[in-house]
Amino acid sequence: MATRADWLLALPLLLPLLACAATAALQSHRDLQRGITAITAVGLLLASAALVAEVISQGVIASQMGDWPAPFGITLVADLFAASMVAITALMYAATALYARGDADVLDNEALWHPLLAALALGVGGAFLAGDLFNLYVWFEVMLIASFGLIVLGGGREQLDGAVKYAMLNLLATTVFLISVGMMFGLTGTLNLADMARRIPEIENQGAVAAVAFLMLAAFGAKAAVFPLFFWLPASYHTAIAPVAAIFAALLTKVGVYALIRIVTLLLPEGHAWVAPLMWFLAAGTMVVGVLGAAAHWEIRRILSFHIISQIGYMIVGIAIATPLALAGAVLYMLHHIVVKANLFLVAGVIRRAGGTFSLATLGGLWRRDPWLGLLFAIPALSLAGIPPLSGFWAKLFVLKSGFDAGWYVLAGIALATGILTLYSMLKIWMEAFWKEVPEGTPELPPITGATRWLLLAPVAGLGLVTITIGLWTEPFAAFALAAGEQLASREAYITAVMGVIRP
Amino acid sequence: MKTSFIMNASARYVLWACVLLSLFVLLRGHNEPGGGFIGGLIGALGFVFHALARGAGATRAVLRLQPLTWAGIGLLCGILAGLPAMLLFGEPFLTQQWLGTTPIGTTVLFDLGVYLVVLGFALAFVLPFMEA
Repeated sequence: MATRADWLLALPLLLPLLACAATAALQSHRDLQRGITAITAVGLLLASAALVAEVISQGVIASQMGDWPAPFGITLVADLFAASMVAITALMYAATALYARGDADVLDNEALWHPLLAALALGVGGAFLAGDLFNLYVWFEVMLIASFGLIVLGGGREQLDGAVKYAMLNLLATTVFLISVGMMFGLTGTLNLADMARRIPEIENQGAVAAVAFLMLAAFGAKAAVFPLFFWLPASYHTAIAPVAAIFAALLTKVGVYALIRIVTLLLPEGHAWVAPLMWFLAAGTMVVGVLGAAAHWEIRRILSFHIISQIGYMIVGIAIATPLALAGAVLYMLHHIVVKANLFLVAGVIRRAGGTFSLATLGGLWRRDPWLGLLFAIPALSLAGIPPLSGFWAKLFVLKSGFDAGWYVLAGIALATGILTLYSMLKIWMEAFWKEVPEGTPELPPITGATRWLLLAPVAGLGLVTITIGLWTEPFAAFALAAGEQLASREAYITAVMGVIRP
Repeated sequence: MKTSFIMNASARYVLWACVLLSLFVLLRGHNEPGGGFIGGLIGALGFVFHALARGAGATRAVLRLQPLTWAGIGLLCGILAGLPAMLLFGEPFLTQQWLGTTPIGTTVLFDLGVYLVVLGFALAFVLPFMEA
């Protein structure tokens, strides 16, 4: 039999690939498509849990596709960070797939929804497991193509407008990325990340390395919606239908952050003094711009979109400080943020169903009509703002502690202020949508009942439970994040796992 | 749209000539320049010509299945080509297997998968434009 590592690394990609192929081939059979997506969601959760367990017990694992040895072939590699991201991707796939069963916008477009969702999970999972730069690019493309299809689902003028902006700016970023991949290949003669990490210190012209790395960071920064390259995100995310916006908000920017962390820790560990101040500037700018943008808006999805940006800033703080504790903070922050952000966008979809609109001015009285919905909104909203004992508190604590330890008081102060302003935005949604009386002239919609209610609220409640679990039972998650941070900071295990695997 | 008599009459023959040529290119790609990608494009060209002459509806009838269904089948072929390595021979995914010393192996299935994916996606993009 193939080794366990081969299976565990291939399965998180094989399952969505199979689902994508099968649901595309069976596009006129709705029930079969639904069944395949359900089976894939369960299978993906189990496979990624097994991958995480394997990486915890065995350390970094790698597999060479087609048995072509590194650095020539395609390597799949998982450390704790990558494995946890794959697991959280599986969770997002399951949650949005379940929610979509009750979402009217998806039910109109189901033939395309199933293969596109699977393709998105494939692209995201592939990007997390890719061991070389060119395949990272390919997975970005897979993700991008799937996301183009998903963002126009619903097919209105608004969606097309958002999709054009999204497509143009992302294509630009991807092109910059491809150019930088070519240049990096020219400098190092390899595309394999582990091999590249070994060779970069030997290059005489470190100025050229810095220039190419800067280009790469710009491309990933645009993907991650980092200041000052964030403008595509608030221009497009609020147009997508609820489950699409949820999975975009959860995963797409985080793949950019993942790539940033990978590049900075693996390729630019020492000797590049410009990285830390640059990241300082990016983190501060991203947090401030995001949170101020959110404070200025009165439409739920726009507020949530700007909060993606401000939260990305916290992860960049982790990259800027780059101690094991700070990297652990970034990892924990990503895990927390993916869950909470998807949760909030799903709740926003339910609010729109219950109140008829996303606009805070015309919403109102939801607390009286549906207190459960209010509770399910309050959990991720308070977690996002970092209120104990929810997951956001611990994630922020890690990042702030590493900031104070490293003596970066100004940046930590900005992070604290951002947290307070986040709370303001969440309270704004709460006061307007849930607490105030129904405004004059807003038509009363029938309440959401029956199976639809369960399908919409079950994933919301499930994700809420995850953030509560991380918050109350922090010990194992914190230990995991610390181990992942150590692994990222040392990078030796990663390089040996990739380069050391030579079959007899 | 009014099409010429010559184009209309030749559509079927051009289609089959293109498909034959594309299959030739597909198999030639085994050892020489060619392969599934370019083969799929040549095949799609034949179907597009057919659609120009006779309308997209007639082309869909020739295809029998939806273009995206063909692409899905192609993707399944590609996955199937990678599985024997893991299931039977204990090697990583996509390690290609050969029938003894004969030059036929899972690569052919993989290339056929690429061919169908390219053909399916190309037609899934083009045919709706002709219908609009």
